[in-house]
Amino acid sequence: MKFDTVIIGGGLAGMVCGIRLAEAGERCAIVSQGQSALHFSSGSFDLLSRMPDGTPVSDPMVGVAELERIAPEHPYARIGAERCDRYARQVPAFLREAGLPVTGEDRRNHFRITPMGKSKATWLTLEGYLRTEAPGQFPFRQVCIVNVEGFLDFYPEFVAEEFRKYDITCRFGTINFPDLEQIRQNPSEMRSANIARVFDHERNLEALAAKIREVAADCEAVILPAIIGLNRDDAFAVLQSKVDKPLYLLPTLPPSIPGIKAQQALQARFRALGGEYFLGDTVLSGELENGRVKQIYTANQGNIPFQADHFVLATGSFFSKGLVATPDRIVEPVFGADTVFTSDRSTWYTLHFFDRQNYQAFGLRTDAELRVMKEGVALENLYGIGAGLSGFHPVQEGCGAGVSLLSAFYVAETILNSRKS
Amino acid sequence: MNIQQNTVSENNFEQCIKCTVCTVYCPVAAVNPHFPGPKQAGPDGERLRLKRPDFFDSALKYCLNCKRCEVACPSNVRIGDIIQSARIKYGPKKNTSLRNFVLANTDLVGSLATPFAPVVNTAVSLKPVRFMMDKVMSIDHRRVFPKYAHGTFTSWYKKQAEAEQAAFPKQVAFFHGCYVNYNYPQLGKDLIRIMNSLGYGVRLLDKEKCCGVPLISNGLYQQALKQAKVNLGSIRRAVNEQNMDIITTSSTCTFTLRDEYPHVLSLKNDDVRDRIELATRYLYRLIQSGEVTLKFKEDARPLRVAYHTPCHMEKMGWSYYSIELLRMIPGVEVFVLDSQCCGIAGTYGFKKENYPTSQAIGEPLFRQIETSGADLVVTDCETCKWQIEMSTTKKCEHPLSILASRLA
Repeated sequence: MKFDTVIIGGGLAGMVCGIRLAEAGERCAIVSQGQSALHFSSGSFDLLSRMPDGTPVSDPMVGVAELERIAPEHPYARIGAERCDRYARQVPAFLREAGLPVTGEDRRNHFRITPMGKSKATWLTLEGYLRTEAPGQFPFRQVCIVNVEGFLDFYPEFVAEEFRKYDITCRFGTINFPDLEQIRQNPSEMRSANIARVFDHERNLEALAAKIREVAADCEAVILPAIIGLNRDDAFAVLQSKVDKPLYLLPTLPPSIPGIKAQQALQARFRALGGEYFLGDTVLSGELENGRVKQIYTANQGNIPFQADHFVLATGSFFSKGLVATPDRIVEPVFGADTVFTSDRSTWYTLHFFDRQNYQAFGLRTDAELRVMKEGVALENLYGIGAGLSGFHPVQEGCGAGVSLLSAFYVAETILNSRKS
Repeated sequence: MNIQQNTVSENNFEQCIKCTVCTVYCPVAAVNPHFPGPKQAGPDGERLRLKRPDFFDSALKYCLNCKRCEVACPSNVRIGDIIQSARIKYGPKKNTSLRNFVLANTDLVGSLATPFAPVVNTAVSLKPVRFMMDKVMSIDHRRVFPKYAHGTFTSWYKKQAEAEQAAFPKQVAFFHGCYVNYNYPQLGKDLIRIMNSLGYGVRLLDKEKCCGVPLISNGLYQQALKQAKVNLGSIRRAVNEQNMDIITTSSTCTFTLRDEYPHVLSLKNDDVRDRIELATRYLYRLIQSGEVTLKFKEDARPLRVAYHTPCHMEKMGWSYYSIELLRMIPGVEVFVLDSQCCGIAGTYGFKKENYPTSQAIGEPLFRQIETSGADLVVTDCETCKWQIEMSTTKKCEHPLSILASRLA
């Protein structure tokens, strides 16, 4: 099979890179081992929330410029502050074009609310989700937190505990009706996607609106976990139109409805642009020739390799097995590419889970153009993007989605420029 | 005591990180609240079943074995295989209701039906007969039965084709499957015409039985195993003694021969697995290597087709080849439908108790087909074809039939 570019990995970075290339007319294939970590998404996209020392960031571009100076190994520093700024201005329109209605300003962070009610700085948030300009600056003083009886992945009491710290009065409303009883036959599967399917039906959405009106009668606003709109895009708008007060969604624990929607929207956009998406296939090996990747072999395609001028490694980090930790090394399993890690294993992690963990910054060794290195030499046509890159702390710095988005933009541009020259 | 006997399964359930992504993509869990979903039925349940077999949940019978859970799984867990294997290991040992026996024994029923095809086809289309089958055998009266051919593909082949096939310089063996043999011999004839035009003679295996997929899904495991051994023996002889590749026209037969034999029936096939492939993939490979070129008719009348990806095609990841082959045909415009289950799953949708689930699963696909503006639907699976033709206004054809109709 011959393509212009083959992307290994179909998560946020891989799909964004594929869409950028396909928009410019490249014939692209994405090979993805399974559904991606987007299924655990919060409904928000971070760019840079904190500096490496923990200082909060309000203008991500000021932070990126600082990173360029103090953290040259950081992917943003490699891409360069100027380019990061240019890409960041393009991202919101890009995501909206792909069917993801994000809100937020490119040079100012806002705050999203986690499923546990905590405020976290972020950059772009999907429409309909609760966001504030500063922690605790809620658009209400008193709110009804609505939940579905038996739903396993949302805890109104935790949310209320956080809200009360800002003197918000919280009430609770529990919802149940016959179609929800049906899915409760499997109480262990009372999860967001199963519940959202119930509300995809018009009459259930109607019933939900009626229930919300009833339980939140004397409240200023309503909070609902993200359990609507799995197979329809208008669920939030329809529900809001039938509830007489402001309605805000909060993300749930996985599986995440906004994440599933994001995955499907990006995949649909890639396919609509002529991209080929191979789901459920594992890349087994890559064949190198004269410092270039010639072709890759996969489990499903067997003796028919994928050939391309350019390859992009977007296989992610440890969760998706883009990186594998052995007792003494961090391995990149497809090409055996060079990785960045510390040699003494005892320095990989600390015993405190929420600390800055060194292993999180481990990943692919790349050159300035994010070309993947093997035995100290950059492979000419293999680029690394996304969570598999080294030099950043996605959780602690709040930059995971941003690194995926901007590295994908950067590599797509590099590939397209190489066509011109 | 061997602790591992209670903790290790042949299928890699310990790789499951409980992310629940599989359940999001399960077509059954989406419409049937009695099915707990692949995570619960597969890796979660397996952990319990290994400790005590009576944790086996009879709701596993609702799994239609589409393997879409496996395609979705980010951790490569063989969820569908875990469920199928659990049904074999812990499920009811005697599961031979008359209905299941009839649905599962495609060879026997096909052999009995084809000589009397006109009578049988008329009979099963009559309301009173369908009513009786519904009442007596629990085969849903709303289900439209596939037509039987008057005379099998193999008898035609022996009389009309066999002699001349040996004369071709290159040879390939054809696993025709039950559909070509008993229902639609024309597809086999189309394949022969295409292969002959490229200089390949088409041979049959010396003994071919039903691949066994309906036997497995209806609980007749011993018989499935027996037939699988016969097939593997024939395939090995074709590969080792005559150096022939094996090509097929049905995506599910192909998937069963390649993957269900080792994973579900524990029959090793790695020596021949790579030699078994769908004819569309085989053709794509020959054309890409530059060895052959297809010659098409001058007249390229426009035809807009909607391609439906059968579940086992999705699992194999091979729909690309059928779609690309269709795109090579002058005048043919291909629209790729969203990859989703049509709901029939072989014999599953014939059963009265599954009929509503089956149609509910297929509903979004049927809707997309109706609004696609396509002249016809194309797919590589015969039961998907039955389901689509019964549930939409469109005809459904095999990609090779389209290809053969446009050959010069």
